[in-house]
Amino acid sequence: MSSSRAGWLFVSPALLIIGVFFFLPVLAALLLSFTDFDLYALANLDNLRFVGLGNYIDLLQTPMFWKSLRNTFYFVIVGVPLSIAVSLGAALLLDSKLARFKGFFRTALFAPVVTTVVAVAVIWRYFFHTRYGLVNYSLGFIGISPIDWLGDADWSMPTIILFAVWKNFGYNMIILLAGLQAIPQDLYEAARIDGASFWRQLRHITLPMLKPTMLLVAIITTSGYFQLFAEPYVMTRGGPLQSTTSVLYFMFEEGFKWWNLGRASAVAFLLFLLILGVTALMLRFGRRGEDGA
Amino acid sequence: MNPRLAKALVNGLLIGFAVVSLAPLLWMLSVSFMAKGEATVFPPPLLPSTLTLANYRELFERNGLGRYLFNSALIASAVTLLSLAFNLAAGYAFAKLKFRGRENLFKTLLGALVIPGQVAMIPLFLLMKSLGLVNNYGGVIVPAMAGIFGIFLVRQYARSIPDELLEAARIDGAGEGRIFVRIVLPLLKPIVVTLAIFTFLASWNDFMWPLIVLADQSNYTLPVALASLSREHVMDNELMMAGSVVTIAPVLLLFLVMQRYYIEGLLLGSVKG
Repeated sequence: MSSSRAGWLFVSPALLIIGVFFFLPVLAALLLSFTDFDLYALANLDNLRFVGLGNYIDLLQTPMFWKSLRNTFYFVIVGVPLSIAVSLGAALLLDSKLARFKGFFRTALFAPVVTTVVAVAVIWRYFFHTRYGLVNYSLGFIGISPIDWLGDADWSMPTIILFAVWKNFGYNMIILLAGLQAIPQDLYEAARIDGASFWRQLRHITLPMLKPTMLLVAIITTSGYFQLFAEPYVMTRGGPLQSTTSVLYFMFEEGFKWWNLGRASAVAFLLFLLILGVTALMLRFGRRGEDGA
Repeated sequence: MNPRLAKALVNGLLIGFAVVSLAPLLWMLSVSFMAKGEATVFPPPLLPSTLTLANYRELFERNGLGRYLFNSALIASAVTLLSLAFNLAAGYAFAKLKFRGRENLFKTLLGALVIPGQVAMIPLFLLMKSLGLVNNYGGVIVPAMAGIFGIFLVRQYARSIPDELLEAARIDGAGEGRIFVRIVLPLLKPIVVTLAIFTFLASWNDFMWPLIVLADQSNYTLPVALASLSREHVMDNELMMAGSVVTIAPVLLLFLVMQRYYIEGLLLGSVKG
């Protein structure tokens, strides 16, 4: 058997699966987004009509779509920087020569990452319960009166952001820690001889050297955070007052509650374009900074 | 700064981080052993007054948790085994076997990593419906039988296999299938373990797709069942915490035992540059 034939034979099962169950549906989603596929079309395909850009135009005039977009941006714009800052802080602590029991701390801080979102969301819902939650109880000691974390439209999204940061920071922490460990030690030694403080070393050595890793982490995290779904599904059902309805939550309800599958496909595609655009912007912004340095 | 003070600060902050990370999980465990209603008072108790397994018993006897546990274990195991087989073969071929169009094909796959999986979900649901796989284990297992990320991970690792080794086996007259099984697979063992843990955890924790494709309660996986239970039993905190323990414990234990492999895989997967 020639190596070329063997190669094709080895890749074809995987390619077939990915082709049929991923590439084909993605293409179909694009086509579907130009139709009015709904419950009637689900029953009988004769009811299917081509509507061109109708779904997209319609969506841009739907207040709930804009609201879900706004909520998702809130989650991304506050959540991503906060999450990366916490990850960086934890990574710096774990990288410090002064830290003891590094193995234990690394495992403890990473543990939330491998837990099941739904299960820990259930815990947090209880943790942040207005009347019986430990969080309000603890805040009571410093004189803060109970906050209705998940029931107040102003607090619901911040609570979900806190939850997401708690759940996810360990992932980026590991990547950033590897980035920190790759920085040559002699750079720090030279700085120390010059008498540079910790903060000066951080600003002039650590952060510039960490920049490629940070860009990678920022892109992965942003793309992930745009896909917010399980947290509001379990913790708030998108409420109160739709304050936590994300784009994907909106798509899920359009598609699988109201069976407007054409419209839901248009939502999915708009989200995809959004993620693509933001990723491209970040790459461009990140690389431009590199040239200047 | 005074070095002793600096040391206290660094370790103190790490302890703070560890407390915040672990407290919700430890509290979940504690509340799961409390009697009904014990945790629904103010101030919330930290430890149960007496240990009881009543919540677990109720979940397994009356809420069918055993069934969901079985579904989750079966689906995650099937996905892990099948996707390992297909991803290993493809990843190895992309790294070591020369065939026409290899580079372009691989670039296309990598490019597709930016497409969020949810874009495919609606047509995938219709496809599954026409194949009779809605509301059936197959609906979750079949689309997950191969994955771009898994292929990428295997390819990264397989590139370090020396070509001379494969050439020598070919000169000895070994077929490609035999070379793969006898020579390549043993060398890929660390990445097999890594990928197996990754896949199992991801499949176990997956929520949105099983929620869509599994309509009938008896086929629910643990996360889908837990989400549905938590909507019915909003006030039964002790019961819900026990359900969370059953959902989280298997993956958390798997991670603790195999964390070296898990972390290596995470790093290998993120340095794509």
